[in-house]
Amino acid sequence: MSDAKYFTTTKKGEIFELKSELNSDKKEKRREAVKKVIASMTVGKDVSALFPDVINCMQTDNLELKKLVYLYLINYAKTQPDLAILAVNTFVKDCDDPNPLIRALAVRTMGCIRVDKITEYLCDPLRKCLKDEDPYVRKTAAVCVAKLYDINPTLAEDQGFLDALKDLLSDSNPMVVANAVAALGEINETSPHPIIDMNTVMVNKLLTALNECTEWGQVFILDCVANYSPTDEREAQGICERVSPRLAHANAAVVLSAVKVLMKLMEMLPSDSDFVVALSKKLAPPLVTLLSAEPEIQYVALRNINLIVQKKPDILQHEMKVFFVKYNDPIYVKLEKLDIMIRLASPANIAQVLAELKEYATEVDIDFVRKAVRAIGRCAIKVEQSAERCVSTLLDLIQTKVNYVVQEAIVVIKDIFRKYPNKYESIISTLCENLDTLDEPDAKASMIWIIGEYAERIENANELLESFLEGFADENTQVQLQLLTGIVKLFLKRPTDTQELVQKVLTLATQESDNPDLRDRGYIYWRLLSTDPVIAKQVVLAEKPLISEETDCLEPTLLDELCCHIGTLASVYHKPPTAFIEGRTAVTRKSLPARVPSLNGGSPSFDASTPGQRQQTVIPNQDSLIGDLLSLDFGSPSGPQSSYAMGSMPPPMTTAGQDLLGADLDSLIGGGSSDLSGHSAGGSGGYGGGGYGGGGGLADLVGFGGSSSGGPSLAAGNTGLLGDIFGIAPVSAYSVPKQVWLNPGQGKGLEVQGSFSRKNRQVTMELTLTNRALQGMSDFDVRLNKNSFGLTPASPLNVRSPLPPNQSTEASLPLNITADIAKQNPLTNLQVALKNNIGVHYFACLIPMHVLFVEDGLMEKGVFLATWKDISSDNEKQFDIHTSLTDADAISNKLQANNIFTVTKLATDGRQLMYLSVKMTIGIWILCELKLNAIASGHTLALKSRVPDIYLGIVEAFQGILLA
Amino acid sequence: MWRAEWMWRAERQVALSSLHCTNKKIQKALISRIAMLHSFFIVNASGDVFLEKHWKSVIHRNICEYFFEAQKKYRRLDEIPPIIHTPHHYLIIVHRSNLFYIGVVNKECPPLFCIEIMHRIVDIFEDYFGDSKEATIKEHFVVVYELLDEMLDNGYPLATESNILKELIKPPSFLRALQNTVTGSSNVSSILPTGQLSNVPWRRAGVKYTNNEAYFDVIEEIDAIVDKSGSIVSAEIQGYIDSVMKLSGIPDLSLTFMNARIFDDVSFHPCVRIKRWESDRMLSFIPPDGHFRLMSYHIGSSNLVPLPIYIRHNIQFKTGASGRVDITVGLKQTMGRPVEDVKVDIPMPKSCINCSLTPTQGKFSYDTVSKVGTWEVGRIDPQKLPNIRGTVQLISGSDTPESNPTLGLHFKVEQVAMSGLRVNRLDILGEKYKPFKGVKYLTKAGLFQVRT
Repeated sequence: MSDAKYFTTTKKGEIFELKSELNSDKKEKRREAVKKVIASMTVGKDVSALFPDVINCMQTDNLELKKLVYLYLINYAKTQPDLAILAVNTFVKDCDDPNPLIRALAVRTMGCIRVDKITEYLCDPLRKCLKDEDPYVRKTAAVCVAKLYDINPTLAEDQGFLDALKDLLSDSNPMVVANAVAALGEINETSPHPIIDMNTVMVNKLLTALNECTEWGQVFILDCVANYSPTDEREAQGICERVSPRLAHANAAVVLSAVKVLMKLMEMLPSDSDFVVALSKKLAPPLVTLLSAEPEIQYVALRNINLIVQKKPDILQHEMKVFFVKYNDPIYVKLEKLDIMIRLASPANIAQVLAELKEYATEVDIDFVRKAVRAIGRCAIKVEQSAERCVSTLLDLIQTKVNYVVQEAIVVIKDIFRKYPNKYESIISTLCENLDTLDEPDAKASMIWIIGEYAERIENANELLESFLEGFADENTQVQLQLLTGIVKLFLKRPTDTQELVQKVLTLATQESDNPDLRDRGYIYWRLLSTDPVIAKQVVLAEKPLISEETDCLEPTLLDELCCHIGTLASVYHKPPTAFIEGRTAVTRKSLPARVPSLNGGSPSFDASTPGQRQQTVIPNQDSLIGDLLSLDFGSPSGPQSSYAMGSMPPPMTTAGQDLLGADLDSLIGGGSSDLSGHSAGGSGGYGGGGYGGGGGLADLVGFGGSSSGGPSLAAGNTGLLGDIFGIAPVSAYSVPKQVWLNPGQGKGLEVQGSFSRKNRQVTMELTLTNRALQGMSDFDVRLNKNSFGLTPASPLNVRSPLPPNQSTEASLPLNITADIAKQNPLTNLQVALKNNIGVHYFACLIPMHVLFVEDGLMEKGVFLATWKDISSDNEKQFDIHTSLTDADAISNKLQANNIFTVTKLATDGRQLMYLSVKMTIGIWILCELKLNAIASGHTLALKSRVPDIYLGIVEAFQGILLA
Repeated sequence: MWRAEWMWRAERQVALSSLHCTNKKIQKALISRIAMLHSFFIVNASGDVFLEKHWKSVIHRNICEYFFEAQKKYRRLDEIPPIIHTPHHYLIIVHRSNLFYIGVVNKECPPLFCIEIMHRIVDIFEDYFGDSKEATIKEHFVVVYELLDEMLDNGYPLATESNILKELIKPPSFLRALQNTVTGSSNVSSILPTGQLSNVPWRRAGVKYTNNEAYFDVIEEIDAIVDKSGSIVSAEIQGYIDSVMKLSGIPDLSLTFMNARIFDDVSFHPCVRIKRWESDRMLSFIPPDGHFRLMSYHIGSSNLVPLPIYIRHNIQFKTGASGRVDITVGLKQTMGRPVEDVKVDIPMPKSCINCSLTPTQGKFSYDTVSKVGTWEVGRIDPQKLPNIRGTVQLISGSDTPESNPTLGLHFKVEQVAMSGLRVNRLDILGEKYKPFKGVKYLTKAGLFQVRT
């Protein structure tokens, strides 16, 4: 009697057999057949051929059969849209059924069928269902509005469904309210403008529904409330009071969403008030309870607790024990627990923590053991009182002689030495005993550092270092560098007997290595030592700054932002939601609310949205190199803001005339245009890409001519030659020459040339349409497929119509940015459909990325600095840019005309460094560092962004702008 | 390459309307980003996707390749992190009874929500079919589909209460199958469940029993870590009160405890009125019908958690070839109750070839694949403490194992809740009958580990 039998048939004529069964007279047989069809569908077989036969079974009183047919329909309607229409009648009929279950089922299924024709018929039944007397139907209809919006947003809006949905927020039934909130939430995400206004009234309404609706509805409502910023403290406190009972819910998702609301609102309240203290106490137990749930839940909870502990360490400070690792925890839970243990470590509990860590260091799992050993080192650095105990624990571990434990221990001991200089050097001899076992570069480098740093106390330091030197060539760069520095230190401390050694290492580094870093460092030491050993001593043996106590903490602005996203994927990955490329639709960065200033004072809380304040907070704790370099220039005004440059500017735009005049003029104007002519002749490699290639030189020249005569984008470039030579031409935005996108052969006589430019803060598509057919063309219209940047036409295509044969016309089509995004490959790919009276023509083109740079892309220096640090260095990529421009101002102006803004400039040792910021329409920021080489014509561009996918396009844009 | 669907009129309006709103400064997103379960796959241990369900558009099952790739990186199946990032989607993975349930979301979402709902789905499977093995799911796939369809709509949970679902879709039983074949009726109800939209959505209306009964099981699990020397590193109690309600009509119950202040944290079934708990420390609720978990609670290390059992051990490995094991189990605080079903898991080092341990009581078995020895002790007699001893053979020449094994301990103590929790009384309002009431207590080991 089981359903398993449906899976078994795999005979040849299966489809045929099913077909005849589906058309059988017997009800019973038909039902069995549908079940078999569904079974085949389940295991991934294609049974779409049976579509008409299955649809035939739809008219039935048997609810089970009806459901199965609907299931089939949802899966296959898309492939058979014309046949799916057959089902509409049944749907419409079912929507009037006296049984609410059937009404709901019909409207629900219709929403799942993503076929336009069906969608049109959905409107009327849906409107009726939204006002249905039965709440079950209403709540199903609420969800259906979200489905409809997903398929066809305009239709949903035009038909007034959004307003109807908003009305449901005031429904008498809490379940309906919850679903309406969920649906609105989803719509709001894709919609280009806000759907509902959150205000006090709305929040009160939602909080009332909160108590009565299902657990899932509670999650929706809490997530919604989390985005509301109360007007004053009293309101915030009121919301906290109404939300806090949710902490006792059995559903982990409800608990975490409640925690999010409370964490956010607590920021608004004075942190020393009784209310906040009591609330903080309430937060700990539910978080602890989450850790006794399933491992998956534990993992998500731990990732979030990690954030909470960094933001408010006091909440969980007494709960250390729950983070102790159990033997059979999955590894991902173990590693998270370990991380939190270190964050919670304090003088009060350090003894316990250390005992645990020592226990973990003898476990089986190597990754975990390593992390445990590292954790001991971090404890030593964090809690000064424990340093001694940590060191002795580490020594015990070294005695075990387990290879990876020893190596890991040596790495952390190096940090301990730096944190507490001249305190634990007595253990060096023990470390030295393990020299032979070291085989990892990290451990080796650390050991060498220690020997070099304390060379005066290690009698046989020279012998030890010499032993490392034997295999110098085979070592990892890190070890080589460390060895070089170590031996130089040794020499400076004991010059008498190490002269030979230092000579040897300097020779190795400068003459026998092809690593530029090593060579350069070797030369620096060499010159230092040969010029003035005293100064060398001051430089090499200088006092080192102490290392900070807390390592790998999140940057505060990011932490604040993540605290607003507790319980989401962002909080699991510890990345801002903007880093999730799929969901990047015009996201506003959230930050914790600033406390409303009140009479009783209290410390002002940190608000990321005020850049001035942020700058103050970020600059003082700079320690990275880039930060140091940048801060040299702080206070000086950034580059000129206007897009017109007064200085000497190489010609920004070459007209066809110049090219025709040839090399003489080129040499007058400078290298820039000769580069360009080379480029246009051959379609130079780096800049080539799909659309840029172009054919012969002549075609390109013609293309230039065409665009310069008609393309408004070149209007600025049309200034006379003389002007160009004297460099007084206005700096105009770069635009790519028009390319042939559609040739007459494919376009049934229509030829399309096109390019993109940015005009009036809008992306514009410039088109030249040429009619190569024998008859006139009319009724032009253009559509863009979903693309990576959400570009859609802002207005209909305005073309002279009809277009007589052998004539061409210019059209410029402004484009809008919408939230409707589908990632393309390559990213800049844009698929266009152009319609005329002859037919629809499809072609693809590439969007040059610079048209997507927006005008407010100048980043505050402080923000720039913080963001630069914040983005992982994995995301940093370097590229070579070829251009003849070497003057920083000229480059800056040229880039600025294209919305690439100079944040600051620096000159060091004849090399110019420029820091640039770019903001794209989709809200992505790109930070750039441009290193100018004075001599060579190539510059180095380093890019940093949270979305590395776009780098290629950015580099192309830079290249194009600087070459033009 | 690309199938375009042209909605000329409609799209132009979108374009126009969005043009309109770029003029107003876009003020965005007051409501959060809610995106729910998009698709759902079930994968067995050998890597076959044997069931898929899509609540929105269809995502090809190839998406599971990312999961298989991740799986290769880890040695043990259950070590795959529960969230995997793919270029366009996120996979959220729940591992239960040797099956992987993979939820797919394509946008930012609360992952706990997805994890909870997937666990709930499996719970419902188990509730319906007794277990959630691959064969069982395949056997009932029609019901499975009906359930998945009923539980979520467009990725939003719709009906997840077992009580409601069972009214909509009858659980399979032999008798019903027979009846369906004979009468041609189906196991899908065509009437809307009554409870679904009332103020007590968890309870169906019109419940009627000839014998009215209310049972409560107070179950406490002790999680503990005991270190080498026998002192307690951490100990906590995870407690549950599971109930079986067979009560007619709409009873309004209130349950009080003798010592309600001992809880560190509590979480309740949605039926419990939290206000009453906060003011009077009593559980006031209209129960669902049948089985459900009324509350769960946590008693942390701050309170003293008594451990009913201790272990004396002497485990030594010598370089070269062998090791010695000697373990004795003894009783500590048992509140005068016998400790039963005692079991000790002894994980052996990787280099272990065989072990010959002889228990004075119960039996010992050794699994050569997982390298875990299991000693089933049974009941502990306080007069004669059970002991196991013997030698362990290691691969000769292998290094001495760096660490001694962590022993896992299992036991149960009937009729007592170790925390001392006692139910005081149960009152019933709103109905006239006097139900039969029963409370059972049970303490058992949760994750109870002894380091050696």
